[in-house]
Amino acid sequence: MDFRDTPEEAAFRERVRSWLQENIPEGWGTPGHHEPEGEERQAFYKDWSRKLYEAGLVGVTWPKAYGGYEQHVTHQVIAMEEFARSGAPDHMNVIGLGMAGPTIIAHGTEEQKQRFVKRILTAEDMWCQGFSEPGAGSDLAGLSTRAVKDGNEYVINGQKVWSSLAHIADFCILVTRTDPNAGRHHGLTYFLLDMHLPGVDVRPLKQITGDSEFNEIFFNDVRVPEEAVIGGEGNGWAVAITTLMNERASLGIALTVRLEVALRKLVELAKSTKQNGSTAADDPVIRDRIGQFWSELQALRFTNYRSFSKFLQTGMPGPEGSTAKLVWSETNQRLTKLALEIEGPYAMLSGGDHAVDDGYWQRWQLRSRGNTIEGGTSEILRNIIAERVLGLPKSR
Amino acid sequence: MNFTFSDEQEMLRKSAHEFLASRYPIERVAEIADGAGFDAGQWSEVADLGWTGISLPEDAGGAGMGFLEEMVVIEELGRSLYPGPFFSTVVLAQPALAGASDLVEQLAAGKTAATLAWAGADGSFATSSLPTKATRDGDAWRLSGITLFVPDLAVAELVVVAAEGEGGAGLWAVQRDGEGVRWEDLPTVDSTRRLGALHLDNAPARQLATEAGALDRIRDRALAALAVEAVGVADRALQFAVEHAKTRVQFDRPIGVFQAVSHKLADAYVDVENARSLAYFAGWAVSNGADEARDAAAGAKAYASDAAVDICEKAIQAHGGIGFTWEHPLHRYYKRALWISAFMGWPSAQRARVAAALLG
Repeated sequence: MDFRDTPEEAAFRERVRSWLQENIPEGWGTPGHHEPEGEERQAFYKDWSRKLYEAGLVGVTWPKAYGGYEQHVTHQVIAMEEFARSGAPDHMNVIGLGMAGPTIIAHGTEEQKQRFVKRILTAEDMWCQGFSEPGAGSDLAGLSTRAVKDGNEYVINGQKVWSSLAHIADFCILVTRTDPNAGRHHGLTYFLLDMHLPGVDVRPLKQITGDSEFNEIFFNDVRVPEEAVIGGEGNGWAVAITTLMNERASLGIALTVRLEVALRKLVELAKSTKQNGSTAADDPVIRDRIGQFWSELQALRFTNYRSFSKFLQTGMPGPEGSTAKLVWSETNQRLTKLALEIEGPYAMLSGGDHAVDDGYWQRWQLRSRGNTIEGGTSEILRNIIAERVLGLPKSR
Repeated sequence: MNFTFSDEQEMLRKSAHEFLASRYPIERVAEIADGAGFDAGQWSEVADLGWTGISLPEDAGGAGMGFLEEMVVIEELGRSLYPGPFFSTVVLAQPALAGASDLVEQLAAGKTAATLAWAGADGSFATSSLPTKATRDGDAWRLSGITLFVPDLAVAELVVVAAEGEGGAGLWAVQRDGEGVRWEDLPTVDSTRRLGALHLDNAPARQLATEAGALDRIRDRALAALAVEAVGVADRALQFAVEHAKTRVQFDRPIGVFQAVSHKLADAYVDVENARSLAYFAGWAVSNGADEARDAAAGAKAYASDAAVDICEKAIQAHGGIGFTWEHPLHRYYKRALWISAFMGWPSAQRARVAAALLG
């Protein structure tokens, strides 16, 4: 057991850190800095994403043959940690990096790998996810979007929901039902679908923050060539599980650092908020809760590390890995709410000159309500822990 | 970066687990706890395994391993609710005896058990204004004062005392049954780890070589050890609850199918794993003298003892009526968890220390 970097790891960390320091866009993350908007925003993010790829900060473990860097997984962890700590803008292709890419590498044909993988890293192709449906949320296997074989093509009809980035995506990882008689987990087929095909209609969803991160996608007689199937007809469930495993595995470390950044901001907020002649940071109740958050953050970090080490040793993530998203989401909800409490009446202001940090915490507190729903609800995650880790009898 | 135990450490865990399961099954622990308490004669058996000197160098009569190995054993001691003076002798007293090789060897050989007297009536383990005062008597020293909350005092014949001398806080050793010493066994909620009160009235004492910050280091070490012991307690309590939820049938189904039960146990699992992570990191930091040791030990003790108490409560609830009986062993785990929470500062006090580091 050694919680320190090896000299080689330390050198890599230093390289990542200094690259980020030199290349982070000017003024980024400082108060009063506004992100570019509209078309300019897309161009900015595309350019930044390509830079991240060229610097070796994404695709760290992906095979060289498909544009990756094929390095040790610890390098990916280090890159993710330093990246999140720097507060730099994200690579824009989050679904591509976290879900589509690993799925294609695991299940794709050689042609699919050559066609898609590198363009995910460079953000030349943007990806979105088509899993959830109005009638299939936690119960994913109950999905009903239909794909019907017609010659060398499939014809797709149905609706997906909660698709982030669909409004700018070029491709979609789409799970459909090809055989309605084959039982819930059978008869599903997974497509790498071109979002520019006729019959694909994307409508943004406005969420409780007022932002639109997510979309609905409607499929109306969309004709897809059979080459767009990944993993073979009827194997969609197994492919989807790969996608979801990757979503959760890559999340843990990134979420830890995100929480670290949030806690640091919370500490600053407590120190700078005046309250009855002293600051919120002097209030013993606030201090107690911040002390608790610190322990929770450390716990999340080291639990991830342990799970990760087990993965390196055995090739399988340890059972403790299933806890990261559950812990992070609920901790983040409590943390952002404490920020509002520290702000006092200013918690009611969403922006403008009187608001604290231009409404930063208001926005993130509301956004945090989605954390326990997206990517597996807390209830589903508890079922998974109860049944698969503790071996309790199935509730269904 | 590597966050797993080595094969040797895992083997140590396995052998500790097997020894404790065979020699201290919970029925035996209950017998000791409800009876006369731990019998000092059983201590030498633990010494024969090398645990009493596990983190001591071989030339000091130890096993030549480190504090991480000690933590591995302590987790198993917690899991089995071992009722002997390991925490008091090995965790608390031994590091204070660094300069007294004869006493260290005596302890490592299991010839005597030892403990540490530190807090007074206010229960504070501070490093100044100590309740015991040390005064010079020619070349010798004498101690006077009353200390409470001394673990396993009834079993420990050697007592290390944190006292205030001429140059500030320091450490001295007294014989529990020697001149000028009176002691009493205090009725303790957790009868597997009884507390004592020590009355020193001009008692002759041997001064121990004390480096600056020695008390702080003893505390960090004790907090890390208590954290990992809490993990063992919590893990075992959860195991009881899971076994019960799988087998107890109500409404024609095992109660584990009900999410009102299973989700609480899932939360308990998350808490155990988090506590484990914090405890292991604290153990590593203490073992390596890392800068993070102080905060890591405080945070781990806070989180792990909270988790142990909470999980024992969940386990009692999941068991229904049987969980509330004296007959079922859960209450013994619960009482140990509460002991761990209360000793050397409740979780809120530990969080206050962490907050001071973060917020000034």
